Amino acid sequence: MNSADEPVFIGHPTDAALTDQILDPVWAPKSRAWMPAFVFTGLGSLGLFALVFWTFWTGIGLWGSSIPVAWAFAITSFVWWIGIGHAGTFISAILLLFEQRWRTSINRFAEAMTLFAVVQAGIYPLIHLGRPWFFYWLAPYPATMKVWPNFKSALPWDMAAVSTYLMVSVLFWYMGLVPDLATARDRAPSRLRRTLYGIFALGWRGSARHQRHYRMAYGLLAGLATPLVLSVHSIVSCDFAITILPGWHSTIFPPYFVAGAIFSGFCMVVTLMVPIRRLYGLQNVITLKHLDNVCKMILATGLIVGYSYFCEFYLAYYSGDIYEQGTMFHSLTQATNSWTFWYTIFTNVVLVQAFWFRSVRQSPIIAFILTLFINAGMWTERFSLIVLSQQRDFLTSSWHAYHPTFVDWGILFGTLCFFAFLFLVFLRCVPFIALTELKELNRKMAKEAT
Amino acid sequence: MRAGVAAEFETADALLHAVKGMREAGYDDLDAFTPYPIEGLDEALALRRSPLNWIVFPLGMSAAAAAFGLMWFCNAYSYPINVGGRPGFAIPAFVPITFETAVLASSLIAFVLLWALCRLPALTHPLFGVEGFDRASLDRFWLVVGTRDVKLLLEYTPKDLEKLGALRVTSFGDVSNGHISP
Repeated sequence: MNSADEPVFIGHPTDAALTDQILDPVWAPKSRAWMPAFVFTGLGSLGLFALVFWTFWTGIGLWGSSIPVAWAFAITSFVWWIGIGHAGTFISAILLLFEQRWRTSINRFAEAMTLFAVVQAGIYPLIHLGRPWFFYWLAPYPATMKVWPNFKSALPWDMAAVSTYLMVSVLFWYMGLVPDLATARDRAPSRLRRTLYGIFALGWRGSARHQRHYRMAYGLLAGLATPLVLSVHSIVSCDFAITILPGWHSTIFPPYFVAGAIFSGFCMVVTLMVPIRRLYGLQNVITLKHLDNVCKMILATGLIVGYSYFCEFYLAYYSGDIYEQGTMFHSLTQATNSWTFWYTIFTNVVLVQAFWFRSVRQSPIIAFILTLFINAGMWTERFSLIVLSQQRDFLTSSWHAYHPTFVDWGILFGTLCFFAFLFLVFLRCVPFIALTELKELNRKMAKEAT
Repeated sequence: MRAGVAAEFETADALLHAVKGMREAGYDDLDAFTPYPIEGLDEALALRRSPLNWIVFPLGMSAAAAAFGLMWFCNAYSYPINVGGRPGFAIPAFVPITFETAVLASSLIAFVLLWALCRLPALTHPLFGVEGFDRASLDRFWLVVGTRDVKLLLEYTPKDLEKLGALRVTSFGDVSNGHISP
């Protein structure tokens, strides 16, 4: 079917039928795969906590990072997770302002994805501090030494950006959830559930007088989240760009990082959306049109990312700076661990071109598999950028080959489990499709059809 | 609206029609309860635009100014430290945190203000006792006439509502001051 003909919503169910379809997975498990996945990811999360505890107990010597490669797995994974978060805010805020209808079915779980990804991201800088119990030194509190944080450093910027992002994402997500929680309260099969949903629904009654404030506040938060999402990864990129290290010291970083973030985030949206759609039988709500549009976003942002790679190489060549050229033409392409760079080029420049074809964009299985490769590719991109640039210092005597330890791998795997664990809990606890907005869309589309 | 007369309607269009009819009949303390926003309902109820943004804006800007002032105080006034010869009062370097504070403060204020303007959280409400009101969050549309409405008469208002297509009409809360007969 032509993508232009594919609707964002199939059929015209009654409000009651639609509500039951969306709320059913909350009342009872719909998939036998849920419980084993819950147990597995729960154990993986416990493993994460154990490794973090061990790191606190012994010190970050347990990791492979050592001078000159001071930043390795932890910062790579931090940037990767923060980037994944960006698509959720992009879908919920930017597409709301552009009044895109295909946003409605996928915004709730994309926002949840953002939240849980930012939680994972937040773990890394904290455990990388070495003495994490002094994390509050970043805040300007009246200390006995009378010294203040240096606000010209990127570290306080980073803390402000990431904590703002987490809090605004939570508020935006919860505000959108309140009317749906009220529906869940009124439909709950047991007294306990009715009480719990009732508390979190805050007594929402759907009053028109409330809804005018609600719409204003929701629109305002979307307007605030839009520049926020662009600022967060720009500030993260400044962690690198304001240093003097060749390969990092570059003005292209903020837009390049933002495009990469939205690119990887949309890939994660597909990775999560395809199984959810199938397991929960949501083909009428999450249609091929959604998949098609998300894949187009992946293609567009992927092309920006590819162009940024090209710019980096061209600028290194044109600058005439031997250190810059050494980084781009030697450290990245032919030193230890360079396979990560070539894998990145393979997925983010070559593989992504498959999305030019409608048959690929509209095939859930193929899109799912491609995004798995690209998710990994976005991780290796950050790895090659961060680690490969540091392995080759200015002096040959300081050169060093980086090798991760099993603790590095374990923490990365642990955060993947913890992310999946939180997401599985989310799927069972709250309506993961924005029900109220979906019913509004259903009415609009039914009106247009007549 | 703690007390009044509530009427249930089957569709959003029936509700809109009833709102218009009631406004024409002279009722003015009306509120509608719907499972999702209905286009044109605010106009029909003659609700004013929410003032929320005009309250948030000055507060958010003040928070941003405070953040900027704090950074100036710390790095340029209270304890300036020379790091690589950079100026203590470095406006470009203060931009990121000023911006983030503006966003964070505005969002928090908007969130708190929303519930304050709605008088929520309020886990109990007389309307929740009305039979069938639980479907106001599912697929039914309710119109409520509050006791502040001088036209509210318990003998006549339900008839007006039924004439406009209400499925059922119930009074709720303490309606003793709506009992005045003509």
